[in-house]
Parts: sequence; C-alpha cells; structure tokens
Amino acid sequence: MKLETLLLEKRSNIVTHWLDLIFETYPPDAQRFFKSRADRFDNPVGRTITEETEKLFDQLLRGDEAGLENISPALENIIRIRATQDFTPSQAIGFIFLLKRSIREVLKKEMDHKDILEDRLRFESRIDDLALTAFDIYMKYREKLYEIKADQAKKQVSGLLRQKGLICEVPEWRPIS
Amino acid sequence: MADVPKPKELVKIRHSPPFLTGWMNTPTEIKQGIACYAGKPKNLEYVGLPNPREWSPFDADWKLPPNWKKIILDGLRERLEKFRSLKIFMDICVRCGACADKCHFFIGGGDPKNMPVLRAELLRSVYRKEYTTAGKIMGAFAGARELTEDVLKEWWSYFFQCTECRRCSVFCPYGIDTAEITIIGRELLNLIGLNTDWISAPVANCYRTGNHLGIQPHAYKDMIDFFLDDIEDITGIRLEPSFNRKGAEILFITPSGDVFADPGTYTCMGYLMLFHYLESMGLDITWSTYASEGGNFGYFTSHEMAKRLNAKMYAEAKRLGVRWILGGECGHMWRVVNQYMDTFNGPADFLEEPVSPITGTKFENAKSTKMVHIIEFTADLIKNNKLKLDPSRNDNLKITFHDSCNPARGMGLLDEPRYVIQNTCKYFYEMPENTIREQTFCCGSGAGLNAGEDMELRMRGGMPRANAVKYVHEKYDVNMLATICAIDRAVLPDLMKYWVPEVDVTGVHELVANALILEGEKKRTTDLRGEPLPGMEDMDEEEGAEQTEGAEA
Ligand code: SF4
Ligand code: SF4
Repeated sequence: MKLETLLLEKRSNIVTHWLDLIFETYPPDAQRFFKSRADRFDNPVGRTITEETEKLFDQLLRGDEAGLENISPALENIIRIRATQDFTPSQAIGFIFLLKRSIREVLKKEMDHKDILEDRLRFESRIDDLALTAFDIYMKYREKLYEIKADQAKKQVSGLLRQKGLICEVPEWRPIS
Repeated sequence: MADVPKPKELVKIRHSPPFLTGWMNTPTEIKQGIACYAGKPKNLEYVGLPNPREWSPFDADWKLPPNWKKIILDGLRERLEKFRSLKIFMDICVRCGACADKCHFFIGGGDPKNMPVLRAELLRSVYRKEYTTAGKIMGAFAGARELTEDVLKEWWSYFFQCTECRRCSVFCPYGIDTAEITIIGRELLNLIGLNTDWISAPVANCYRTGNHLGIQPHAYKDMIDFFLDDIEDITGIRLEPSFNRKGAEILFITPSGDVFADPGTYTCMGYLMLFHYLESMGLDITWSTYASEGGNFGYFTSHEMAKRLNAKMYAEAKRLGVRWILGGECGHMWRVVNQYMDTFNGPADFLEEPVSPITGTKFENAKSTKMVHIIEFTADLIKNNKLKLDPSRNDNLKITFHDSCNPARGMGLLDEPRYVIQNTCKYFYEMPENTIREQTFCCGSGAGLNAGEDMELRMRGGMPRANAVKYVHEKYDVNMLATICAIDRAVLPDLMKYWVPEVDVTGVHELVANALILEGEKKRTTDLRGEPLPGMEDMDEEEGAEQTEGAEA
C-alpha cells in the first residue's frame, strides 16, 4: 500500500489532529474560541487557520507543480497572522512540523511498515521544504511590519512641517520652584 | 448600551465562569511590539502630571513613588464614590463570558487577558480584596488579590491594550462598559506617572500650542495655504477661507491630523471646497488657529485632562462670538463632545441652538452642546438638494465604509455617512453585518494606541476589521475604505498595507469634494490626490504619471 493512499483515506483524521495540535500552540481560552464554530468574520483567526490548513494538506498531498504553487497563498494567510501574535519565530512556523506528528500518531500502526518507508521519507522531506518556504514568508511579513513601523516613525517626524520649521514642540522645561 | 436582558436570555447566561482559570498566576511580560514607550518627563511636567521621570516599561524598575499603593487605592476609593457606573460595573458582572470573544485584540491575538471580562477582572480583583468582605476574607477563592507591583504592571500592560471601543459592551447583557473600566484604570495609573509617550506628548503639545503636533498658528495657516494651491491647480479656483474671524456665525474645529497627515489632508481640502461652495448661499464660517485640534488625548489620560483640553473649544467660540460650532470628521473627539463636553465645560448658553444657514434645519440633537458633526451637516445639504454633484468623478473607486467606534457606538452616526457616500459615489459595498454599524470592529489603534512601537499589537487588533475589508475586496473588488475619523485615516493605511495592500483609505469629505461641482471651475482632470479622473487617464500620459508619483511620495 502506498503512503499517499493512506493519507487520503485518513485525510480527515490527520487534518483534524494537525489542527488540534496547531491550536494547542495558543492558551486554552483562545483554543476554545479559535476552534468554535463562530463564522469567518467573528472568528477570523480560527476560520482562516482551519480552512488554509486543509488546503495545505491537500496541496502537499498532490505534490505536483500546481499543488506546490498553490501552497504559498495558503501558507501566507496563516503565517501573516502568526507573525503578529505572541510567538517566537520558531513557534510561529513550527506548526508545519506538527503535521509529521499528526501523521505519525494517526497512522501509528501503518507507519513502520517497510513498504511505505520510502514514501514516508519523500513526504516528510516535502514537509521540510514547506517549512523552509514558511520561514521565507515569515521573514517577509516581519519585514513588512518593520517597514510599516519605520514609515510611522517618518510620519511622526512629519517631514514637510519640520523642514519648513512649522512645528514647535514643548521645550525642555522646569517649573520655577 | 445593550438592552436589559429578556428572561429567556437570562436563562442562557451561565453563572459559573467557563474560563478564567489560572489567569492570576500567569505572569505578565512587557513586550516590544506590544507595549508603548513611556511618557517623557518634560511633557508630564508641562501639564503638571505626577511623577515625571525618565523610565521605561521594559526595565524592571518603574521608578514608582514610595507610597504608590496608597495613591492608587485612595484614587480607586475616590472614583468608586464619584462614578456610580464604576461601582456597578465592579459588582454586577456575572462572568457569563458573552463579551469574552468580542474584543478585537483577543479575536486577532488570542491573549486571554484581552478578553474584556478579564481586562475588567484586573481591576475588579483588587476592588474585591480591598472593598468586599468576601474578598478580604477569602482572597483568591473569591477572585480577590492584593495590589502588588506585578499587578500594577499587568494593569498598565492591558489597559494600554484596550482601544476603549465599547464593542464588548454591545454584547454584555448588563451593559457593562469595559471601556469605562479602562478609562478609570488609566486614570489611576496616571496618578503615579504610568502613561505612554504617544499620549502624553500630544497632551502637552495640545495644552501648549493647541494641537497634538505643536503646529503654531502661522504654520497651521501655511499648511492650509498649501492646500489652497493644490485646489487651485485642480479646479482653477482660489479659495479664501477665514481664520480667527470675530463675528462669524459658525466656528469650524477639526482634528489636526486633517491638516498635517495624508490622507486626512485630502479630507481637509474637501471641507475647504464645501465651505467655499456654500459661501454664496449664506455660509459664514471661520477656522481657528487656536482651537486647532478636535481630538482630545487628554481623554486617554484622565477625565480632568480631557476637560482641560476640551475647554478651548467653547473658549474660542466665546472669544470669536460665533453662534455655534461645526466639527470635522473625527472619532473620539465626538465621544468627548457628545458625552462629556456639556458637563465638563457647559452649559454653553452664550451659543445658540445650531441651525443650518443653508437649509434651515435645526440640529436638535446638538441643542445642548451646540456642536454639529459635519457628516450630519452635509447629509442634510444633500437631502435638501443643495449640492450639485457629479458622482461619476468617483467612478474609479469601489468603496466600503468603516464605522468608526465612537461616531457609531458613541453617538449613532450610522446612516448619515452612508447616505453621503451613496450620493457622491456610484460603487458602494457594505462589509458583512457582524462587522459594521453597532458591531463594527475597531481599527485596533484607537485611544492613543496609534504609536509606531506597538505595531504587532495594532496589526493583530485590526485583523478582524481588515479581514472584513479583504472579503469585500475579493468579492466586489473594493479598493477604497472610507471613514469619518482622523485616527482611522492615520492608522488604517498601515493596517491595509499589512493585510489588504490593494485597498486605500479616504475620508468622506474627500469624496464629496471630488464630486462637488464648483461654480466657475475649470474642467477637472484629476481628483484631489492628483490622480486622473475616470476617463482622463490618457489625457496627458506624462503629466498624469508625474502627478501620481508626487501623490505617493
Ligand atoms: S462584562 Fe457582561 S458580558 Fe462580560 S462576563 Fe461580565 S456580565 Fe458577562
Ligand atoms: S472596549 Fe474594545 S478594546 Fe476595550 S475590552 Fe472592550 S472590545 Fe476590547
């Protein structure tokens, strides 16, 4: 039996478990909320992660050119969110590797079968590639954050006004004691 | 405020807390990207705020006064007596959790202490310990805890992670307004010099010069002169607004952001053009270089500071001898005007009940404050057919409207902006209903959180808003987000850059002025931003390109 067939058969279990593991990276109250059925506007983080993770899995499974091309938008939509949340860089993108764990746990029995060993290595290296892409995307959004921050600093300086000497800030000032 | 819960709804309320476990033991980390910088001593000294000193929230030592605890507890006691609402809010929360998932900071970030109920618990736990018998005896079992330095740091962190937007209060069956708890929390913190630079600097500038940036009167006028040059280029008409003119009928006050920051500047050009249009019809209006700020960052400091900064509006109206005040597109400015100004600095019986000189409409809702929001004023003009408009000039815009928290939830300005947009633009698309009107999602940067250093906080807090914009962008190709708040105009462009870069931000009066046909104007080829009007794209390729570049720079 091929690994791909197994993954397809157990798709729903694997994805659900992967999602559970991803949501476990959040505090319990947040987990409960993100996993709730509130709609995509009331619960945008939860719904986005859920939908995009499903897409990620399917595209990873396809493994062809088109699948890989479509991976980026799904990955971006998740990472763009996590890049603004309380995570270190490794935590922010580490959710990718949780797929390995999900597969291992769901396909516990089948996993060690020597017939699928090669498939398994191939699939896992696809996950590793995904993690590398994730890292690039994470950096892209962190840079974007800093860019916006820097622009904000420029706005604070308010070039035109300062240049023309139009601003008068509060001076160093001491009350007469 | 939410309605009183119906019996059926009350049954649905679970009286056992479904969450709130272990939060008291979760230590607070003051993080870069989330926390704002501390206020500078010179700015505190200038307005007489306590404990001015160099300090940083990222250091362990916050340089508190030795008797800080007494100051806070005395301050809390005083406020419990003074504000009945605070006492009630402290006592009646049943921790049902209806508000828990309604705060944009929790929705976008997932930090449980940003659930409104928990934000309020930060203060409530200390209140229980100090002022309730159960709390005194049973301590943590009754949800009570001692006020320690760590608790204080937690207060500072989370009261400056609340935009005072009041979305949570809409969903609370008891109408508990966590924004008011935040307001009091910040007021207490300010008693011992715990504040943020992005709030205290504007407060000091506003107190000294009259506006957040410290633009002096001549500079304020110079900026407006630059706008007049631009308007002349676009329309061929030189406008002649008046400043500080005694005896004018109406005084116009707008947030200073409209004068110094894009894209607010285009909205400001919009006001100027509208006033010019109405002049021949009898509008007699003046700008003020003294009351040159509508916004009020004092409101993010303490009630007292809000009152002091607000006072200049009536003072200037009195000095100039006007009959009433017209106010520009702003958010929290209107919360202060609408809910506090009358008791802060009123009654303004030297002013008259506002009447539109063009339509004769009496603005009865402003009977007491004598101050009218320009969006109502303009909606009334359109309703009475007083404006000649060519909406096709806005045909390259597909607009959606962001209800700013304060005008929407604070004063019910829901339909007027939509009415104005729909009469000046052809393409208008609403965001989903659970994200607009009373339920609108905050920009994530209000109440003084629009600094640069807390960008992660702003981006995650604005995520639910941006998510709804993204939806209408993908579905209807929306490319412009309209709003009637100066803070929004300053912060939403950043939010869009991160989440939906295809969408830009505009004030509503920019749209009005684009559509407005001025008497004797030349054929317009560009909009107020210098970008080609629909159908004019090939007029002069080179010139058009140059202008677009100029607008972006
Ligand atoms: S503030 Fe209101 S909605 Fe929130 S937990 Fe308390 S009672 Fe429930
Ligand atoms: S007022 Fe707004 S920001 Fe503050 S807790 Fe409520 S929903 Fe959150």
